[in-house]
Amino acid sequence: MKKRVLTVDDSRTIRNMLLVTLNNAGFETIQAEDGVEGLEVLETANPDVIVTDINMPRLDGFGFIEGVRRNDRYRAIPILVLTTESDAEKKNRARQAGATGWIVKPFDPTKLIDAIERVTA
Amino acid sequence: MDMNEIKEIFFQECEEQLAELESGLLKLNDGDRDPETVNAVFRAVHSIKGGAGAFGLDDLVSFAHVFETTLDCVRSNRLEPNQDVLKVMLKSADVLADLTNAARDGGSVDGARSRQLIKELEALANGELPQPAAEAPAKSAPAPAKAAPAAIPAPAVNEEGFQPVAFSFEDFETSEPPTIEPSTFEILFRPKSELYGKGNDATLLLRDLSRLGEMSIHCDMDELPALGSMNPEAAYFAWKISLKTDKGEEAIRSVFEFAEWDCELEVTLAGGNHAGAGDELPMQPVPFDLSLLDEAMPALAGAAEDDEQVAARQREARDEAVSAASIASNVLQMAQTARASAENARSAAPASAAQAAAQQAAASAATPTIRVDLDRVDRLINLVGELVINQAMLSQSVIENDTNGTSSINMGLEELQQLTREIQDSVMAIRAQPVKPVFQRMSRIVREIADMTGKSVRLVTEGENTEVDKTVIDKLAEPLTHMIRNAVDHGLETPEKRVAAGKNPEGTVRLTAKHRSGRIVIELADDGAGINREKVRQKAIDNDLIAADANLSDEEIDNLIFHAGFSTADKISDISGRGVGMDVVKRSIQALGGRINIQSKPGQGSVFTMSLPLTLAVLDGMVVTVASQTLVVPLTAIVETLQPEASAIHSFGASQRLISIRNSFCPLVDVGRILNFRATQANPVEGVALLVESEGGGQRALMVDAIQGQRQVVIKSLEANYTHVPGIAAATILGDGRVALILDVDAIVAASRGQSLPEMSLAAAG
Repeated sequence: MKKRVLTVDDSRTIRNMLLVTLNNAGFETIQAEDGVEGLEVLETANPDVIVTDINMPRLDGFGFIEGVRRNDRYRAIPILVLTTESDAEKKNRARQAGATGWIVKPFDPTKLIDAIERVTA
Repeated sequence: MDMNEIKEIFFQECEEQLAELESGLLKLNDGDRDPETVNAVFRAVHSIKGGAGAFGLDDLVSFAHVFETTLDCVRSNRLEPNQDVLKVMLKSADVLADLTNAARDGGSVDGARSRQLIKELEALANGELPQPAAEAPAKSAPAPAKAAPAAIPAPAVNEEGFQPVAFSFEDFETSEPPTIEPSTFEILFRPKSELYGKGNDATLLLRDLSRLGEMSIHCDMDELPALGSMNPEAAYFAWKISLKTDKGEEAIRSVFEFAEWDCELEVTLAGGNHAGAGDELPMQPVPFDLSLLDEAMPALAGAAEDDEQVAARQREARDEAVSAASIASNVLQMAQTARASAENARSAAPASAAQAAAQQAAASAATPTIRVDLDRVDRLINLVGELVINQAMLSQSVIENDTNGTSSINMGLEELQQLTREIQDSVMAIRAQPVKPVFQRMSRIVREIADMTGKSVRLVTEGENTEVDKTVIDKLAEPLTHMIRNAVDHGLETPEKRVAAGKNPEGTVRLTAKHRSGRIVIELADDGAGINREKVRQKAIDNDLIAADANLSDEEIDNLIFHAGFSTADKISDISGRGVGMDVVKRSIQALGGRINIQSKPGQGSVFTMSLPLTLAVLDGMVVTVASQTLVVPLTAIVETLQPEASAIHSFGASQRLISIRNSFCPLVDVGRILNFRATQANPVEGVALLVESEGGGQRALMVDAIQGQRQVVIKSLEANYTHVPGIAAATILGDGRVALILDVDAIVAASRGQSLPEMSLAAAG
């Protein structure tokens, strides 16, 4: 069975890159444009892993992660944070919000797939 | 989709982000202190940086990074976005736009300017910070070169020169080279409950660890209580691992990169001599290798016989091991589920509050949009155009066959007509776009010219959300740019002169868009000195545009600036004197089916008013007959229609005729004669006069033979399908299937002033 990835990113460019990379790597990809949509999509998407950006309108990555972790049904889903921020403070905040791991941009397909493989069975 | 397409998307997105950035900065400039505005500005730059990084656009990344750092200071209230700060930021936004364009089109940028702004941005970030942002200067140094491609150029390196790349370490932030000699590490891994809470899984970590080398593992279940007293939230297992690897301690630790805070982790070197010595562990080790579960049990691992039975027992044992593992994982899952419900009870209230907040946020968000290829929309518009024509043809033939007009088919057709009209409007609405992007571009133009001329200018825009066909918008930018340049360069006075005249030293340029009777009206007003009529008049005389003794009204003098090659500035400046005059502006507006005029008050400024059609696809027209040809006259050009009486017609000179309308004389133009449809002028009394307004406000009465009616027609370009015909703007297909030409009223009026239209072709009229 294909693993299903939910990506949450407000940048169309990054969304497309994620889509191409993940599809090429044999994942099924579902996309949302911000945290609010991410939580909505989550209800039906039932993903194996979530990849999310931090800086987003409406609901940022931190809020989104907290939302997922608060939700009974989805809180065990691994969440990877995709962000240009490599500083410890951002990582720490994401971790505290409940992120499983992170991928540091600039976007690198190998890194992304590696990280997803690491947190999924 | 390939990378090039994504790159194209990236640049499209950059354009949107740049617009967002600029409008946000302008809002801040107007005193807006909404945190969301600052966030949006930050996000725009952040987004550009993110995408640029993915494409290795280093110049763009390094500039965006410095910009972002400074914006972050504003976002965290460490830097007050006052006018001076925003001035730097607006300029930075311009440079960012230049860099983006350069990245796309391969052009060059003003390196000195961007370096200067990097300095200014850094100064802003540093000046207001408690601790200087050390990161910014370090990363902002111009990238020395493009990142070297991963592959080493083949011809230069032979096989011996090939350097192995430790690709498995790419995602680890370590610079430590892997040790070559394999050594054995003792690892103690004791997860805390938080590890599971964050979606990490001990099993997966162990799996990754096993990939580093030869591993034996023991699970310590000492802390596992009896089921009754088990806390589903807690983590009870710990693992003792012996790992023989040549990857080094750093690699082991990076397996736990995501988990190190949520577990106890001890990694100690056991010494390379004891490689694989599992019995050194205090407890009996279990060889652990997920890919080869056949070796799950140490006893079986030692068994060398390939006896069938033993093999069967091995499989059984493996199955047992697997089921044991699955029980363990079930326990884990149970634990997680149970904890979930406990936590759920605790956090039910805040969760629903957050949900409500999220819903509210969703409600206040912009309406959802989809992106559609312009080609598809155009195809749809074309098809709807055909539908309109077809519907009209159908109606006509029904009317011809159903004289009393009461049959049900006739009624149905009326509804069809209404529906068609609605579909057409809706389709047109798809192409309609707000003028905002064009208006936003103008603020940069104003900034640049204000800088160049040393004038202080404020651009005020109104009605940015007024919508108009995309084609109109695209073609509006150029004339508007030129007019804005003119307004600042020629219209506004220098600050000193303004002060002397008792005005605010800062000049105002006001750009307004609004809908008015089915057209979009764009006004450009400045509060400058107004047109210097003396000077304009003198210039026109010098350039032989008018006779020295010509008697012109103020309005006529003002409109002289639209004449070809006219420039009022004493010395041709670098800004508006590039050989492009207002005549070019006028022509571009006319090409869009629009009109432009100027009103000026000495000392108070000038107002340019442009009126443009909302769409270039359809037009409301008056269908008329001229010399048995059917023509369409754009309704917007027609002021009124009248039946001339013989007493109102006056001859003037050899062939000119005038018609007197309410005590004023208006030249009479025979359309049929001008278009060479007939050799002699028709008798005005037998036809109908259409009073039209031409450029500059002058009126003409166009003589046609008869009026057939008024209807909306779909514009079909003649240039695209045939060739340009003087005096004809375009063509259309009428309800009866015949082609009708759409009159270019201005060209007809211009032709009537003197010479006839050149090279007329009657063949075009079908």
